[in-house]
Amino acid sequence: MDWELILKVYPYFLEAAWVTIQLSVLTVALGLVCGALGAAARLSRFALLRFLGAAYVSVIRGTPALIQLFLLYFGGPQIGIQLDAFEAGVIGLGINIGAYMTETMRGAIISVDRGQGEAARTLGLSQFQAFRKVVLPQALRLMIRPLGVNINAQIKGTALVAAISVVELTYTAQRYIGSTYKPFEMFMLSGLLYMAIIYATGKGITYLDSRVRLQ
Amino acid sequence: MGLDFSVVPGWLDTILLGGLWTIAITLSAAVLSFVGGILFAVIALYAPWIVRQPFRLFAWLFMGTPLLLQLFLIYFGLIQIGINLPAFVAGVIGLGLHFAVYNSELIQTAIVAVDKGQMEAARTLGLSRSQALRKVVVPQAVRDVIPPIGNNMIALLKDSALVSVIGVGELTLSAQLAIGRTYRPFEFYLVAAVCYYIINLGMEAVLRRIERRTALSR
Repeated sequence: MDWELILKVYPYFLEAAWVTIQLSVLTVALGLVCGALGAAARLSRFALLRFLGAAYVSVIRGTPALIQLFLLYFGGPQIGIQLDAFEAGVIGLGINIGAYMTETMRGAIISVDRGQGEAARTLGLSQFQAFRKVVLPQALRLMIRPLGVNINAQIKGTALVAAISVVELTYTAQRYIGSTYKPFEMFMLSGLLYMAIIYATGKGITYLDSRVRLQ
Repeated sequence: MGLDFSVVPGWLDTILLGGLWTIAITLSAAVLSFVGGILFAVIALYAPWIVRQPFRLFAWLFMGTPLLLQLFLIYFGLIQIGINLPAFVAGVIGLGLHFAVYNSELIQTAIVAVDKGQMEAARTLGLSRSQALRKVVVPQAVRDVIPPIGNNMIALLKDSALVSVIGVGELTLSAQLAIGRTYRPFEFYLVAAVCYYIINLGMEAVLRRIERRTALSR
């Protein structure tokens, strides 16, 4: 272990970790929006929306995130979408994780007992009211943990933007591996930072989950 | 610059060859991750403390860091200690180890969940502990987690695109090769995406068959 080197380069890794945190927060936020829209489409009364929702999930989950990212970043300009690498990373990965979140949210919503919605309708609530006031609150409680799994995967997933040269943790590690020939040290340094981010996020999710859990 | 797919047919053989490499690397890594997953699960549960603890640290590191980072570590790390592996081998090892750790978590849970009576009965019948594990407990545990392991293999197929960054000439790198010559990123990445999607569909169909075959018919 070359401690001297680690002490010299760690500030750059901290800076890079901050970029990774920004990427994680933004992609997860966009993912949640896409997931909610996707789940709403998949559960819609309209066949066309259901089809669009299913196609979104199938296409995104059936192809590599890296290809989606390249298609957006390198191919985008050809169809008039000009993004810098960071923007492409956020949008590409957000749309990607959104497909996984669509399934998580849909799963939570359909696992709320049918009788809940029916009872609410019987009590005179409209379809929308029944969903918003009875079904959704219960579904939200069920989806926090599985969404946490999606978020955990996404934090690691942000590493992909290294391939389009966004200077985040993995890109920084790769660059220093190349210039110092110390792959193990650089791996440990960036690995620990990733795990710190994932650990803190996990704690947050567990706390959120404990707050809404039924006694 | 609009879209022009007329350049695609000329590169189709390159892309298809890349697709074959993607299938080869996915299958090799899938086998490694399956065998490794079983091995890791047994180590994590039954190995002596001195083996178990370092192993757990390794598993924890592998589950908490991105695959891309691990690929860099394996590819460049092995070069540093004097082992110059072909990129394909490094890619298979990286992908295989990464998913072996995830499979091992699944298999560990399943081993613990196998009825205690199975081990006791096997021991009563005169099998040694390791025989009982190998012939009675582990097979049942593995059968129980075939569907989630299948999901991991699907994820492995898509993550195989990452090995293009260490220079394995699979589907993604083949597309990049064509793009380097033609400057048509949209067209070729789209073609690559379609290829991945088709391989994905094929793999899902095969996995569903395996699931049906291995499911207990009670």
